[in-house]
Amino acid sequence: MLEFLLRRVVLALAVAFAVSIIAFSLLRLSGDLAQELAGANATALDVQLLREAYGLDRPLWAQYLQWAGQVLRGDLGRSVFFDEPVADLLAARLPVTMRLGAFALVLALVVAIPLGILAAMRPGTWVDRIALGTALVGQAMPTFWFALLLIVVFGVKLRWLPVSGNDSWRHFILPAVTLAYFAMPALMRLTRAGMLEVMSADYIRTARAKGLRPSSIILKHALRNAIIPVVSVAAVQLGFMLGGSIVVESIFALHGVGYLGWISVQRADFPVVQAIVLVLSLVFVMLTLLADLLNAKLDPRMRGSRR
Amino acid sequence: MTVSSSTLAPAPARDGEDPARMRRRPFPRPGNSSIAIGATILGTITLIALAAPWLGLADPYDSNLAIRHVPPVWDSVGSWQHPLGTDHLGRDYLSRLVYGARISLLVGMVVTVMAGCIGTTLGVLAGYFGGRIEAAIDFVITVRLAMPLVLIALAVVNVVGSSLEIVILVLGLLLWERFAVVARSTTQQIRSQEYVAAARAVGCSTPRIILLEILPNIYGPLIVVATLEIAHAILLEAALSFLGLGVPAPLPSWGLMIAEGKDVMYFSPWVITIPGAALFVLILSINLLGDGLRDLNAIEGRN
Repeated sequence: MLEFLLRRVVLALAVAFAVSIIAFSLLRLSGDLAQELAGANATALDVQLLREAYGLDRPLWAQYLQWAGQVLRGDLGRSVFFDEPVADLLAARLPVTMRLGAFALVLALVVAIPLGILAAMRPGTWVDRIALGTALVGQAMPTFWFALLLIVVFGVKLRWLPVSGNDSWRHFILPAVTLAYFAMPALMRLTRAGMLEVMSADYIRTARAKGLRPSSIILKHALRNAIIPVVSVAAVQLGFMLGGSIVVESIFALHGVGYLGWISVQRADFPVVQAIVLVLSLVFVMLTLLADLLNAKLDPRMRGSRR
Repeated sequence: MTVSSSTLAPAPARDGEDPARMRRRPFPRPGNSSIAIGATILGTITLIALAAPWLGLADPYDSNLAIRHVPPVWDSVGSWQHPLGTDHLGRDYLSRLVYGARISLLVGMVVTVMAGCIGTTLGVLAGYFGGRIEAAIDFVITVRLAMPLVLIALAVVNVVGSSLEIVILVLGLLLWERFAVVARSTTQQIRSQEYVAAARAVGCSTPRIILLEILPNIYGPLIVVATLEIAHAILLEAALSFLGLGVPAPLPSWGLMIAEGKDVMYFSPWVITIPGAALFVLILSINLLGDGLRDLNAIEGRN
């Protein structure tokens, strides 16, 4: 177990390292950052000065080593636009994104798991059809469009909820619903498929034969096994939501990491973009690690068989 | 997970179930009807998109500031001259919608072909050779999964400059991981089959085995991935364009149309509901097709 954990932590660090190299080189190889920073009206001298100020005239590997060395010492650099340490900017915004992601994931699970169980209990009936239909619609719904519809209906027509900002928990409802509907279909389908498969297993037949109450069979015997793949997908979905929250945060003006990323991209604030890519990839890798650990806890069979 | 699905196949296991359940057992597989519905809708959209220049539509780029935000024909002040109304520059919305379908379909197709080539190559190599090659490719897949897709795409498009080609290139280079994962696991499953062993025994070269023995036997699941990735690519292009860093104006991308209509959506909601609904129906039809194909594959796989 300890070896497995250690191996995964090393892998996580290696992945974050690789992502940082890719993000770094993509930003630098794909265009002239100094020109981008200076804007369209800048003189050649301005561009040259900026290039020197940010060390953009040095070889790529030297720039990377300097940046990586700083990151290892906990210094994510300074934002070009805010003229503040990137670490401070992230520290202020990460909780917003985390809250949004957690809220959305809980919402998605609270809908997906009961719906998946109900659908699996009565496959082919109207319950199942409603569940599958909801999932199908959710998968086809463009997130940003769904967000705008929610704004028009609940924010403007009905005036129930605020549509912009992150001052109170009520500001999180519409963004969380948007993200949750994006994550729900996969989780629901997986719960349904898992339950369908598990319900015809021998141990469920035994439990039935013993005369256990259906509710106890479903919750104690079946769900515990059916939920295992859901756990890992939920973790991955949370990772995607944190990365994908850029769209939702920009629509609802929720000042989280995604919003910061979006405006920083537009301002060519590359130290911020780089740091966000690094942090988001680290979070993603950590989430998958967490999912593996949870799985090992839920399913003893997986502890030995992992490479 | 796959183990238990083969253990429930034997007939005796079913005798124990109550009759009501038995009768329901072969519950209607949505496979064929969803393929039919998905293919019909998708085919119609594709035909309209292909035939766009011959449909007698207005020029999608022809703006006329005198007729901005004309409502669609079902509105009391709408007219058949602009069945879906006009946008903020007075351009015919129906025409932009139809030409927008071309952009969505083009993005979906080209991105998927690019991503499919990259992902399948990596996946087949990993699955066929195993060992270190597999470990290396697994690592690449993990790295790709860990990269925040939208942010990376936005950043690159912003620095390179937004154009349809760049968006397609960036998405094509990013969306291959599902192909790789599926190609790897399916290749692993068939690599020890007799016909592959036979080909090896006769002395076939490795490229020949991969091209003639492996690929023809894994394309079913890959087609399913491809349909779902087409939908994925179309949605991402729309999202990037919506955020202002995808397909540039004045191209009629549906995502861009929604972004352009965002400011007036409270007064004339159809400006965002029309392109959004079009996007929704297109994605829905592709997903229906993909789901149906997946169910067909699952049935074949069981025999």
